[in-house]
Amino acid sequence: MRRNVKAVKSVCQKLSTMPKENEMIYYQTLKDLSVALQAGSLTPSRIMGAFIARTKATEAALHSFICYDEGSALEQAEAADLRWKSGKNLSPYDGVPIGIKDIISVQGQPMTCGSRMLENYISPYDATVITKLRAAGMIIWGRLNMDEFAMGSSTETSAFGPTQNPWNLEYVPGGSSGGSAAAVAAGQTCIALGTDTGGSIRQPAAFCGIVGLKPTYGRVSRYGVTAFASSLDQVGPIGRSVEDVAAVLSIIGGRDSHDSTSVDVPVENYVHASTCEKPWRVGVLSEFMEGGGLDGDVSAAIGRVVKFYESQGCPIQPISLPNVNAGLAAYYIIATAEAFSNLARFDGIRYGHRSKSATDVASVYSKSRAEGFGEEVKRRIILGAFVLSGGFHDAYYTRAQKVRSLIRADYMRAFDDVDIILSPTAPTAAFHETEKCEDPLAMYLNDVYTVTVNMAGLPGISIPCGFDRNHMPIGVQLIGKPFGEGDLLAAARFYEKSHDFHGQHPLLADLAQTL
Amino acid sequence: MNVDAIADLARLDLTDGERQRFAEQLEKILDYIDVLQSIDVEGVEPSAHAFEVVNVWRRDMVEASFSQECALRNAPERESGQIRVPKVVDDA
Repeated sequence: MRRNVKAVKSVCQKLSTMPKENEMIYYQTLKDLSVALQAGSLTPSRIMGAFIARTKATEAALHSFICYDEGSALEQAEAADLRWKSGKNLSPYDGVPIGIKDIISVQGQPMTCGSRMLENYISPYDATVITKLRAAGMIIWGRLNMDEFAMGSSTETSAFGPTQNPWNLEYVPGGSSGGSAAAVAAGQTCIALGTDTGGSIRQPAAFCGIVGLKPTYGRVSRYGVTAFASSLDQVGPIGRSVEDVAAVLSIIGGRDSHDSTSVDVPVENYVHASTCEKPWRVGVLSEFMEGGGLDGDVSAAIGRVVKFYESQGCPIQPISLPNVNAGLAAYYIIATAEAFSNLARFDGIRYGHRSKSATDVASVYSKSRAEGFGEEVKRRIILGAFVLSGGFHDAYYTRAQKVRSLIRADYMRAFDDVDIILSPTAPTAAFHETEKCEDPLAMYLNDVYTVTVNMAGLPGISIPCGFDRNHMPIGVQLIGKPFGEGDLLAAARFYEKSHDFHGQHPLLADLAQTL
Repeated sequence: MNVDAIADLARLDLTDGERQRFAEQLEKILDYIDVLQSIDVEGVEPSAHAFEVVNVWRRDMVEASFSQECALRNAPERESGQIRVPKVVDDA
């Protein structure tokens, strides 16, 4: 049994003995902690201490982290203490912790990507996003759990065990950045980084009732981030408010000479940009609102979001993307083809797992990969190899790339008439653990509303907009124009300002009663 | 789909159970993927990226890099400052 009653009871006991003032810290926004640091009412060490205590109290029930280095976090906090004391803070966010998905390199720290393949791997260098966060003084905090090599929508394919949803431990937190989302929702970190290839930031943010931003392809450097599907992957923040993710995007965005696909478009002050208000023309995707798999509670919640924008003077326009229904199929071809190619590097030679039973070079490859990869990764490697193989390449891979061109053209045509496109983030709220483990296609269908945004390279954000009948959070997805993060964040913040879904937190202490 | 042949291309040993499950599951997935065949792609250019990607140049200058120790740190087996691998070429 995965749900450990004993563990939860011990969590509840620990929570009840925790100092109340910690609560004033671990559910604060990045903005609020920054204000407290500037006022001198909190120190980085005090903040980090509260997050560590919260993590220790809740981690046995949640398993958001693959591992964390308490000593390193406290060391970073003490250095930040001194900077604030001498008025030499590196940014307004100096000394606030940011959790890191276990697919992003941090020098000297383990990076498993949720896989046995990299169980003993230590990153030799910092990813560019980490270098930038350090330059802003933020505390690099922990290694957050994820689906193996980011392949999954529930964090159940992690080789180190699943993460539970803090709103109800029997439900999945979404994926692949499920550890990042659960940690933010449970107050184990203030904010976190995730990665998004087909929805891996937005869907877990929706399932955990928080905010997740996938930037425009090329907005953020991928250097030091283990590649899944290189033409689709982006790094982005998962946080408690739109302003918080805007702040982190301003820090991590920008052209990087180490990633030739990063784009030389100036990084705005996204916090400032997000305060702009105007009557955005909002497009509602008819294909996504009429699909058979859309849950009634989700549909109703999205309908209320549309009504809200309408009531505020935003013109609402139904839009149609004629090729979007083929998007998921094209996505799973392109993503697995690229994954097949990218994962060729895991061959047991230079790093990663090497099979003890291999006798020659060929069996080092095939046995190391057999032992190192989990089932979902193997399935996708096989699918990727198949769609690229002789005789099938044109029918699958090339055709999927053409459909990708059509989908992008569909979106760009829609943006002639609207500023923002609105859809559900996922067809349902969080589903029950193990519910979709045996049926890969059912799991893939969960990404139906998010994948085309990656295919078109657009920025997308999920913000909380309600709860379903089981009191599990629902997310709404807003999609923006290429490099239109400023407008996108502004439209999201405008909704958030008039609603309080982002201010609600899971009552972890109540969970013992539900068991 | 001939799962065995594909697994061989991917340098991936599969167990009997995996082979059987994958064959069934991938058939189902390929059925779903067939929706692509209904889209008219006549005259459409395939795109490898969402945006046009251009080649990026930088000056050919030596930059600081890993030390030998750092580069070898994650090697599964090492010997005399090198990565040790099974014999690749047969004795003549």
